[in-house]
Amino acid sequence: MTSRRVFLKGSALAMFGVGALPTWLSRSVYAADDSDRRKKILVAIFQRGAVDGLNVVIPFGEQRYYDLRPSLAIPKPDGTPSSALDLDGFFGLHPSLAPLKPMFDAQQLAIVDAVGSPDPTRSHFDAQDYMESGTPGFKATSDGWMNRALPKIAGTGSPMRAVSLGASLPRSLRGRNDALAVNNLNDFQVRDPKAAAAFESMYEHTLDTTLHGTGKETFSAVKIMQSIQKQTYTPANGAKYPGGRFGQSLQQIARLIKADVGLEVAFADIGGWDTHVNEVGAQPAVGQLANNLSDFGQALAAFYQDLGDRMEDVAIATMSEFGRTAKENGNRGTDHGHANVMFVMGGGVRGGKVYGDWPGLAEEQLNEGRDLALTTDFRDVLGELVAKHLGNPNLNAVFPGYEKPRFRGLIG
Amino acid sequence: MRSPAFLATGLASFLLLPAIAPAKPSKAVDDAKRQAKLYQKKLSKEQQIQHALDRLTFGPKPGDVAHVKKMGLKKWLDLQLHPERIPENRDLDAKLQPLESLRMTPMEAAQHYPSPQMIRAIAAGRQQLPEDPVLRATIQRLIARYKVKKENDAEMEPVKTLDDVLDPSERQTIRNGKPDQKRALLESLPADKLDDVLIALPRGQRQQLFNNSPVDVQRRIMLLNSPQQVVAYDLLEAKLLRAIESNRQLAEELDDFWFNHFNVYYDKGSDRFLIPDYEREAIRPHVLGKFRDLLEATAKSPAMLFYLDNFQSVRPDIDANSKNRKVKRGLNENYGRELMELHTLGVNGGYTQHDVTEVARCFTGWTIQEPRRGGAFFYDDKLHDKGEKVVLGHVIPAGGGIEDGEKVLDILAAHPSTAKFISTELAQRFVADNPPQALVDKMSKTFLDSGGDIRQVMKTMFDSKEFWSQGAYRAKVKTPFEMVASSVRALDANVTDAWALANQVGNLGEPLYRKQEPTGYSNLNSDWVNSAALLGRMNFAVQVTKNQVPGVKVAGSQPAEMIGSPDFQKR
Repeated sequence: MTSRRVFLKGSALAMFGVGALPTWLSRSVYAADDSDRRKKILVAIFQRGAVDGLNVVIPFGEQRYYDLRPSLAIPKPDGTPSSALDLDGFFGLHPSLAPLKPMFDAQQLAIVDAVGSPDPTRSHFDAQDYMESGTPGFKATSDGWMNRALPKIAGTGSPMRAVSLGASLPRSLRGRNDALAVNNLNDFQVRDPKAAAAFESMYEHTLDTTLHGTGKETFSAVKIMQSIQKQTYTPANGAKYPGGRFGQSLQQIARLIKADVGLEVAFADIGGWDTHVNEVGAQPAVGQLANNLSDFGQALAAFYQDLGDRMEDVAIATMSEFGRTAKENGNRGTDHGHANVMFVMGGGVRGGKVYGDWPGLAEEQLNEGRDLALTTDFRDVLGELVAKHLGNPNLNAVFPGYEKPRFRGLIG
Repeated sequence: MRSPAFLATGLASFLLLPAIAPAKPSKAVDDAKRQAKLYQKKLSKEQQIQHALDRLTFGPKPGDVAHVKKMGLKKWLDLQLHPERIPENRDLDAKLQPLESLRMTPMEAAQHYPSPQMIRAIAAGRQQLPEDPVLRATIQRLIARYKVKKENDAEMEPVKTLDDVLDPSERQTIRNGKPDQKRALLESLPADKLDDVLIALPRGQRQQLFNNSPVDVQRRIMLLNSPQQVVAYDLLEAKLLRAIESNRQLAEELDDFWFNHFNVYYDKGSDRFLIPDYEREAIRPHVLGKFRDLLEATAKSPAMLFYLDNFQSVRPDIDANSKNRKVKRGLNENYGRELMELHTLGVNGGYTQHDVTEVARCFTGWTIQEPRRGGAFFYDDKLHDKGEKVVLGHVIPAGGGIEDGEKVLDILAAHPSTAKFISTELAQRFVADNPPQALVDKMSKTFLDSGGDIRQVMKTMFDSKEFWSQGAYRAKVKTPFEMVASSVRALDANVTDAWALANQVGNLGEPLYRKQEPTGYSNLNSDWVNSAALLGRMNFAVQVTKNQVPGVKVAGSQPAEMIGSPDFQKR
């Protein structure tokens, strides 16, 4: 533990320069653990459409990668902007994810490879549904893992415990606990006060239990949101979120975290990963996937920077429904595959390492002869975050039917 | 038409109507029993009419209940199942008239609303300028801009200035007049003069006129400012106007259903100019026809071939011996998979990964002529995999051509899993999220017995006791599209331009023609009820009743409470 802190101090200094050292880093470096009264927050990011993990974290140490992907493969790290960014001598980051490299170096970003859902489906819809319900293979589950992950509390708690950014409430957050969908924090209100009062009363009295419940959650949240809306928001530490929906989603999550409204779990998604054709442009390091990764990486880096010392309370996990074929297809793209890659970021994360058992890319090592095989269940990763970060030990309820998650030591 | 009594009783019933409680897992069994009982419980005569209007139309307009009562529910239903026997609303036809891209071939649409690439081609002399003067002006202006960018020069001056085309008082109006005065002036100008005026205005001022302009002027502004959006504009206008004003309401409901079932995405490359043709030629003619015809129309449509990448899928060995090609072409599974998962069998319909690959092989060579320029469907035998394939146990012998894919469509369209999947989806849209199994079974049987006759399947549904039961009554939450369209209908509002309404549908979570994923939008209540959606709907209710939605006029004073109420969210 001590040695890690010393290392942390060194790399953090290298990353931010002495003057810009975030206070939480200095706290964890110099101060004894003060058990924080602030709640821990888990942010889940869903990359919808099945991101091509093999081109996100590149196994450049394995020649087979280059054999399978003659037109898609990202070159080995050679210091040029179109080559992979070396992580550990075997794996490298896609160059468009350069904004995340400092976090990896500061041991705040952990990568889990060959991870995903054990269900064999290659249907986007089913695979997303299974990952979000947290019960691969079981369709009857009515709620989502993240809703069940909320720790039990006395009383009703804040109406802002669980928030998703976007026009709909994702499966992950549906369930018994109140959960909000927020399109835009500033628009979270009824613009006419008289009508607002009338609506509140109508939803209070409706016999439709779903509309009644959602209406009630909505109006209690509107009242809290009013205090947030009064202030204009400027990201801290010079953080610059990219334009576009995903950057805006993360910026609004940061705003909610800093407003201390009782947020515990948050969700955002980002689409456009279903790269059947033209995954890459003229060279492997440009094109569709590169553009999407650049938006993704910049947004996460801005979030990290914006939150500054609040990252101590926050863990972020990224996921996607399945990976893509190890071999490129006939259209400079990839088809639906199996195992993938996850990122875990945050103050309490033991980062700077690629976790998981690499299964290899030889023909007989591939899943059904075509996809990266799975060696880590996504519930091992999420389960560890729920238990050790959110402090909810009741994993049997969060991931029913998955008795013994194998923690990888991502937290602690 | 609109009486205060209608609204008063409407409002009262919204508050008092019984609602169906959703199932909680712990007492799921009890609820299922209770629900089963509700499907046995009949509706009153009044409820039947309300129910028919809720389900078969985009919501009742004032007077609709009386109209159906007078005609008789049975006759009205029968007519809705035969839309060709219903005279279309002439006002609607007139409103659709200016939306010319709806009637164009993909090639025409591609040429009329040029992409930046095409502008460059014309600028470089590789392509000729079109005849149409507005288009010519647009393209010349854009070419000028392209050149300007390259040369880093000052902006081009329009040939005619405002001083040349308008007298001083007209200039005063166009610059500083009230919105109504501006609109009246624009409406009074002959077409060529209107073009001169719009071209002479700086881009910003032109855009400012947009919201308050008649449809024709809006289209011209769009053509000048962002020509690539004209097709989207026409599609959205037409979709909303038809839902709100068509007399053939069931056909419009089914157009929405089938387009969503065979979803394509406007923002994917060429689909931008392929979709009008797709909806007009592949979807609309078949909404009550044979499923097999509908399936083939979509399979051979450039829009679907482009969207699910099949136009690029070729036999895997095509470049095996080519030394010149660094990138070897080959099979693409995207269409093969979604064809079975989403269009026909359903995800549990009994196919394997092997079937996906075999189906993809059958469709190699189903491509598009000049895919970037709006070409038609084209079967290219050179690209086709001639080997033997086995699809769901059926052997498709070696040496086949286009008929390999057609055989796959035969197999899939006649498959019991398809009958069940399509029947379930229709019942989810028209009856309830968890439709009674007995009903789905009846519909599936009709599907199989009738060779996939959609009209017969719908008729079986309308003949069932489950459809006319308390279990189905007001059990569905409206989608954003249904909510917005039904609001305008309930308020009997006058719509001169539906662009802003379509944007509202998008804000509520259902951007039309812009569902990126092939699943289409959800049919289920749980996907449309959440805090953002409810607030969005309440705010829409406030705006539309206060006449704050451009292009939509509500007469008199109407309460937002009706449109934003919990009950109005259901149908």
